Amino acid sequence: MSLLLFIEQVLNGLQFGVMLFLMAAGLTLIFGVMGLINLAHGSLYMIGAFAAAAVSAATGSFLLGLAASLAAAAAAGALIEVVVIRRLYDKDHLDQVLATFALILIFSEGTRWVFGSFPLYLDVPSYLAGSVTLPGGIEYPLYRLAIIAIGLLVAAGLFALIAWTRIGIQIRAGESDREMIAVLGVNISALYTIVFALGAALAGFAGALIGAIQSVQVGMGEPVLILAFVVIVIGGIGSIKGALVGAILVGLTDTLGRTLLPVAFDTFMTASAANAVGSALASMSIYILMAVLLVFKPTGLFGSA
Amino acid sequence: MIVKKLIAAASLAALSAAGLSAPAMAGGAKVGMITTLSGGGAALGIDVRDGFMMAIEQSGNKDIEVIVEDSQRKPDVAVQLADKMVQSDKVDVLTGIIWSNIAMAVVPAVTAQGKFYISPNAGPSGLAGKGCHKNYFNVSWQNDDFNEAAGNYANDEGIGKVFLLAPNYPAGKDMIAGFKRTYKGEISEEVYTKLGQTDYAAEIAQIRASDADLVYFFLPGGMGISFMKQYAGSGVDKPVMGPAFSFDQGILGAIGDAALGVKNTSHWSKDLDNAANKAFVKDFQDKYGRLPSLYAAQGFDAGLLLVSALEKADIKDADAFRAALEEADFDSVRGKFKFSPNHHPVHDIYMREVVKEGDVVTNRVIGVASKDHTNIYNAECKM
Repeated sequence: MSLLLFIEQVLNGLQFGVMLFLMAAGLTLIFGVMGLINLAHGSLYMIGAFAAAAVSAATGSFLLGLAASLAAAAAAGALIEVVVIRRLYDKDHLDQVLATFALILIFSEGTRWVFGSFPLYLDVPSYLAGSVTLPGGIEYPLYRLAIIAIGLLVAAGLFALIAWTRIGIQIRAGESDREMIAVLGVNISALYTIVFALGAALAGFAGALIGAIQSVQVGMGEPVLILAFVVIVIGGIGSIKGALVGAILVGLTDTLGRTLLPVAFDTFMTASAANAVGSALASMSIYILMAVLLVFKPTGLFGSA
Repeated sequence: MIVKKLIAAASLAALSAAGLSAPAMAGGAKVGMITTLSGGGAALGIDVRDGFMMAIEQSGNKDIEVIVEDSQRKPDVAVQLADKMVQSDKVDVLTGIIWSNIAMAVVPAVTAQGKFYISPNAGPSGLAGKGCHKNYFNVSWQNDDFNEAAGNYANDEGIGKVFLLAPNYPAGKDMIAGFKRTYKGEISEEVYTKLGQTDYAAEIAQIRASDADLVYFFLPGGMGISFMKQYAGSGVDKPVMGPAFSFDQGILGAIGDAALGVKNTSHWSKDLDNAANKAFVKDFQDKYGRLPSLYAAQGFDAGLLLVSALEKADIKDADAFRAALEEADFDSVRGKFKFSPNHHPVHDIYMREVVKEGDVVTNRVIGVASKDHTNIYNAECKM
């Protein structure tokens, strides 16, 4: 494998990781602040993608589509927080899983009801289409570079929000002691709704960004949700920094594993056996990473016990 | 007492009168359809169902009762539904399954209980060779068909090196094996991805770096949409080709212009020039307001096959009904159609190209990739 191809794959891994971060950030915030396992996070990702596809088809503007994805997912998030999730905070994790799983089914069938069963069309806008040549002669899709940049910007924005703003202070306080900040007069239920809507908006935004290069269809959120859970377990539950590091780690492991493992096995096996073993092992690689990491750091990279 | 007798006599008379007045043509049947109506693969099941129901409706045979259930793309759910249909609904014929793994779970048990199964999609080799059954009829295709034809086409075009890409599961490996069976050129690389993978950046980078002249891939449903959109944005200009599953009408709308020019093999296309097909495409659009996909065409053919056999034989007489099915005396929307010894289609496989007609991205036939194609499993099948 040439160096250029390797660098291109590293970029691919980075882009995949940044996308996972957008999903995992909301998930880890919600879990950290409210102690809630939200399986319906993938549905919010789907809602974002569908909103973006519908609005950009109607208006012809990708940017308006992105804005719609943020708005629709945040609105859906706030709505389910007020109607359903609010009743689950003091319940067992198992009850939360059951209720949010029901939400997945409701959202999936509801989306099918409104938009039908066929995948929707959402494409990269013309000004981000095609590829650019990077220094060193690597040809790389412009849109993927844009995803990396947008993802890192969102990450920086989130860190700033958590570190320097009043709401960020409340979120951090909520993470460390829920009862205490309620006693200190913070409107905890409003805070919860805001955090939930923020997490939902990030998921919807990720759905819209990714929907343009993947397929916008019912059920698109669940595979990403599983990876996002792996990310927050690796990064440490509740930690935004952990979500970022975990997401990039998972993105790189998955992408490089897929391309390097078959090549590595090829050096001492026949081509077809190397292919079979390599691709089988590659699909396990992130779970192996998670298992090994948990042996040495049971609370994840940045998690507190 | 007298009143009771009178009523009995009257109802008897009514019954026989009804019996006499019934037309002596096509008999009825109870059909159980297990198909995928929810989840990621729902579009396929909905098209099969709509095509099938349209055929039954157009036949005018009011005695065909169809029970439709959703498999949710889960083999265990499908097995339970099949048990229920056979044991409590007492259906005569089952149909509808989309996925090869579900067909493998359901079909052998159903045919072993003496019921008929008509497959409107999915033709795993496990049901075509040693596992074939006299009551199993596949009206769609054997899994290898499109790929063997594509291999022939690649030979004719003088393609020297191909890059092969498919998901790492049985159907993916079958499809690639089918292509390799007829393709005589060199294989540059062979990559199997995780089933359901949505990001193909790593594979596209490998394609860019490879020395292949052509990319041959099988990525059904959403996987194909993702791959094509990402491939179009990557700036790699190697031509791509594949079986029709990644380019059916339901998917093309979501890929858009990125699919233009792609070649794909299929047994059916909406522009096939025969009367049955023209009527089908028009009627389907009038009835459902969308273009039919190949799945809809297969559902329609399955319905036509059933109707044609019911006109010839009573479904309760299994041997006569089987013989009627084997005749395949219906006007298939794909033109010529007959059954091979193992009850799979002998049909032409066409090469299609994705084109734009007005605003609609769709397929156009550009030639025949394999004439009177039949599967290689006939020899292994002992009924």
